[in-house]
Amino acid sequence: MNYFEELNKDYRFKEGFHTCINCGTCTAVCPAAEFYKYDPRKIVSIVQTKDNNAIEALLKSETIWYCGECMSCVTRCPRKNGPGLVIMALRDLSIRLGFFTESEKGRQIYPLTKALNGNILNYGYCVHPETFKYKDHPESGPVFEWVLNNKKQVYGRLGANYQGKGPGALRHISQEDLDELKAIYDVTGGTERLELVEKYSQAKAEQMGMSMEEYTEFTFSHCSPGHFNNED
Amino acid sequence: MIYQGKQKIWSDYQKETPADGWFYVRSCIRQSFFPASEKYFLAICRDLLGKDIYESEHHTTCGGIAYHCDTIPQETAMTIVARQFALMTEAGYKNLVTSCITSFGNYTEILETWREFPELEARIRENLWKATRREFEKPEYVAHASDLVYKFRNEIAERAKYRLVDVHTGKPLKIVEHIGCHYSKMFPHKGIGGAEYPCVLSGMVDSWGGEVIDYPERRHCCGFGFRQYMVKANRGYSVSNTHKKFESMEPYHPDAIITNCPGCPYFLDRWQYVISEQTGKTYGQNGFGIPVFTYEELAGLVLGYDSWDLGLQIHQVAVEPLLDKMGVQYDPANKYLGIDKEKLMKPALPSCLKCF
Ligand code: SF4
Ligand code: SF4
Ligand code: SF4
Repeated sequence: MNYFEELNKDYRFKEGFHTCINCGTCTAVCPAAEFYKYDPRKIVSIVQTKDNNAIEALLKSETIWYCGECMSCVTRCPRKNGPGLVIMALRDLSIRLGFFTESEKGRQIYPLTKALNGNILNYGYCVHPETFKYKDHPESGPVFEWVLNNKKQVYGRLGANYQGKGPGALRHISQEDLDELKAIYDVTGGTERLELVEKYSQAKAEQMGMSMEEYTEFTFSHCSPGHFNNED
Repeated sequence: MIYQGKQKIWSDYQKETPADGWFYVRSCIRQSFFPASEKYFLAICRDLLGKDIYESEHHTTCGGIAYHCDTIPQETAMTIVARQFALMTEAGYKNLVTSCITSFGNYTEILETWREFPELEARIRENLWKATRREFEKPEYVAHASDLVYKFRNEIAERAKYRLVDVHTGKPLKIVEHIGCHYSKMFPHKGIGGAEYPCVLSGMVDSWGGEVIDYPERRHCCGFGFRQYMVKANRGYSVSNTHKKFESMEPYHPDAIITNCPGCPYFLDRWQYVISEQTGKTYGQNGFGIPVFTYEELAGLVLGYDSWDLGLQIHQVAVEPLLDKMGVQYDPANKYLGIDKEKLMKPALPSCLKCF
């Protein structure tokens, strides 16, 4: 497969990839480059070479998963590139080809896919208090532990229509509306994407000698040394 | 009028936000972490200012977080958004207002991409028809909810019960504003003031009597980074970026922070708590943090709504230092009540960050 041609079919790539003059402005403003061993200039530069082996190495690397998609680089690039958009296209291709399981940060696509799409298809929202667990989010603080322990009381007090009928914050989304979302996933390749991620992740879990439950927990929580600038 | 030079550049970043007739879409994050902010946005616009803002119970997420965590194809994200447009069209509205910066960026990006690649728009229309038998008109105008509060900032100021002024010294309170990346970094001409001089929040602060602080990392991301927060193993990225901002603003002694994106106030609030637990450092006075607000909360305080109805008790950083400076009256006994004033057990306290 010619990876460059494949990337070029992605609309985000069409929007975000033009000639790069290697000025490094994107790297200078990038919040990911600040802490991670990450350099958006280098990534755009590698893609620009159209070198198939080099692009394949990127697709299997840790580095394409360091970007935060903040798009700060888009504002600043003097050539109107969007390194963040190039990253989105690289990630998409890496997932489609199953290369994402080759890196620790890439494997995180599994817990992300499960959690976010589970929320969308079951609750109608990407993030939802019903599945937001304090043990996974100790940073949400004792005050949010209190909210989660008193959802009906606190959300009710604050004017949400918690699990209620009709409009309002945190309302119950009807099965008909959820069915429409599912139909959209079916028609647009969303469902196929979930199945693909499941398939590649299962194979990787088996190779790593883990059950899917262990794999989910491990990929969600484990951070090996070596990702950050201040580490060897 | 014909603008030239700097005037012309500036005019590109002025938005003529329509005054009325909006289809409202909620935010995953705002409704979960700041539900009262959504309530008071509607209360201020509808009940106080008499605007027509409609919400359909059938709308859903825009899929923005799943999209920017790279877990759904672009066409899936676009078709979810197309369904929101269809609901807007069916309800007879032409302007869409979103409660979230990620959504605002998402809607804007989609409309711009369709403008450039009409064949993609045609395919999404087909997708939506196949999946839901719905059709849509594109919105004439997409706004973020803060654009409306900005537009009405002077009407709010006219009705102000409190101002962003220290009642003890008479001096304006020092406010840090945080715009949120996807508001104007991707499409600067879609945000009020653009990416260079965004004034959607600073305009509110000015109108309500405060003073905006300029500091070196003012435009740095709060550190959400989508997958960099959503996955536990990556949260070092998120807290490190917030830490960088706080270190940079600390010498200016801000009294409060006002935010645009619903993610930012969560991160700027909660990472202060985590930094205090990890290092013992706090950024406010006397062991407190710097209180962080949504723009709806600050508008609500200025208008004199009850602090606990506004949901300020579900912040981790105590808000009382700002309330005291503004001279806002509040009853500590009402802070942790549930629905129908039922008394609830109080939350546990952080080990370092001072709270009431
Ligand atoms: S979008 Fe990615 S590459 Fe661009 S500035 Fe943000 S983190 Fe860096
Ligand atoms: S800012 Fe633009 S031109 Fe400069 S290195 Fe980055 S992508 Fe290339
Ligand atoms: S500053 Fe933060 S939460 Fe807010 S838009 Fe950037 S990434 Fe989003």
